[in-house]
Amino acid sequence: MLIKRPSDIPSSEITDERTYLNRRQFLAAAGMAAAAAAVPASLSASAGGGAAADDPTPYKDVTSYNNFYEFGTDKSDPAENAPGLLHTRPWTVTIDGLVRKPGRYAFDDLVKPYRVESHVYRHRCVEAWSMVIPWNGIPLRQILARAEPTPGARFVEFTTLLDPRQMPGQQRDVLDWPYVEGLRMDEAMHPLTLIATGLYNRPLLAQNGAPLRLVVPWKYGFKGIKSILRIRLTDRQPATAWNKAAPNEYGFYANVNPQVDHPRWSQARERRIGDFFKRATLPFNGYGDQVASLYRGMDLRRNF
Amino acid sequence: MAKPSGAEGLARRAAKPVMWVLCLLPLALILWDGFHGGLSAEPIKEVTHRTGKTALILLMVTLAVTPLRGLGAWNYLVQLRRPLGLFAFFYAVLHFSIYLTDQGFDPGFIVEDIVKHPYVTVGFTALLLLVPLAVTSTKASIKRLGGKRWQRLHRLVYVAAGLGVVHFYWLVKKDVREPLIFAAVFATLMAFRLPLLKRRPQPAPRSRAPRDAPAREADRAAG
Repeated sequence: MLIKRPSDIPSSEITDERTYLNRRQFLAAAGMAAAAAAVPASLSASAGGGAAADDPTPYKDVTSYNNFYEFGTDKSDPAENAPGLLHTRPWTVTIDGLVRKPGRYAFDDLVKPYRVESHVYRHRCVEAWSMVIPWNGIPLRQILARAEPTPGARFVEFTTLLDPRQMPGQQRDVLDWPYVEGLRMDEAMHPLTLIATGLYNRPLLAQNGAPLRLVVPWKYGFKGIKSILRIRLTDRQPATAWNKAAPNEYGFYANVNPQVDHPRWSQARERRIGDFFKRATLPFNGYGDQVASLYRGMDLRRNF
Repeated sequence: MAKPSGAEGLARRAAKPVMWVLCLLPLALILWDGFHGGLSAEPIKEVTHRTGKTALILLMVTLAVTPLRGLGAWNYLVQLRRPLGLFAFFYAVLHFSIYLTDQGFDPGFIVEDIVKHPYVTVGFTALLLLVPLAVTSTKASIKRLGGKRWQRLHRLVYVAAGLGVVHFYWLVKKDVREPLIFAAVFATLMAFRLPLLKRRPQPAPRSRAPRDAPAREADRAAG
């Protein structure tokens, strides 16, 4: 059989990028469906409709309905303000603290060594709305491994940009800027924990936390710090932005938990964006099989 | 009484139709946005917020009538007070109906939410307090109750508006600028009712038929 040289392949036969990307998305979705099949029937039933219930939220909604208080407290503010104000290139990320190889990385250098993966995750906001988002990104553990954490590292602290000119929301002290979030080391190393660089196979937009943001699908959305500038490994629990603002309302762990209400509203149900009626919220946002063991022996009512 | 001429006469005649248009405008905008995709990715929440805010604004406007009249002697504004209050009630009922929809009309969820979450409790109480006021908004009720008792009953609007402000303040996650503006407006409007600041408005000229008198008396007194 004649092996065609690249020049022999007519351009019409080259898979175009869109199809190629769609195929990746299909594979990711297939993986998700397989995972969904493994979920106990009782859980998927309470999600209100099985696999179809986890259809991805439209791109338009994912990119126009955002909580990113650095650009304003209305959900439409980030899409209006962030793209014109936030300079995402050049972007340098510092990884330091309790690591053997601290470093400063240009965004491309940070991402280049890794294969970008696709993960369709449910996203549950503490405000009781939810989305399903096809993310593209790199497992955080791969990025952390590169810096070689020392045995003393127990927590990861993430910090975003502090620049009121680029982030006009920081001109008012709604939160203690810059936004800081954190994870326990085992949460950070969990394979579900992602540093997202894109969604829907497109680069992340500023309002979604470009150029890179944290995605922890079993936790409330506010844990997913956007536009990360610094990743620091520490031996103590970081003081995180929302936890500092209202410790009785926003815990450090912030695991999605229908049993523990926000003091002002119920967390038992959520509205999937696009749905008319609310649906039941799943413990750990439906990822309990994979993450519940991280919290064995902990009282999740106290450590909410 | 001589027919008022010029600007004041025009304002007097236009006041009611203008009020109707302004009061129906928020509803029209909701419907317009609803048909044009302008209600965000979460329309039920958006409509809940908009109707709630409109109810609160209209309660404040209702409470502003008396001080405005005292300051500017615009007696004709008084005729707007009851319809403004009824519009506020209308939006509050709309707000509550959408809330019930949001809860999937599930009695268990609704009762638990009202009992367990203070901001819901307070909002629900405010709505309940407005019910007797709406029911007794007719002239016949004023006659039946007598001006004084009617007036005392309708002072409940102060409590309802105050609870409405608290309801808004408690529900906001962090950025409390808007509820604080409402709180400031409410405090200012209530301050006008303190005996120290209270100025006796000019008595309204009596030009109508006597059967209208109790209503007018109540309108004057309830400030």
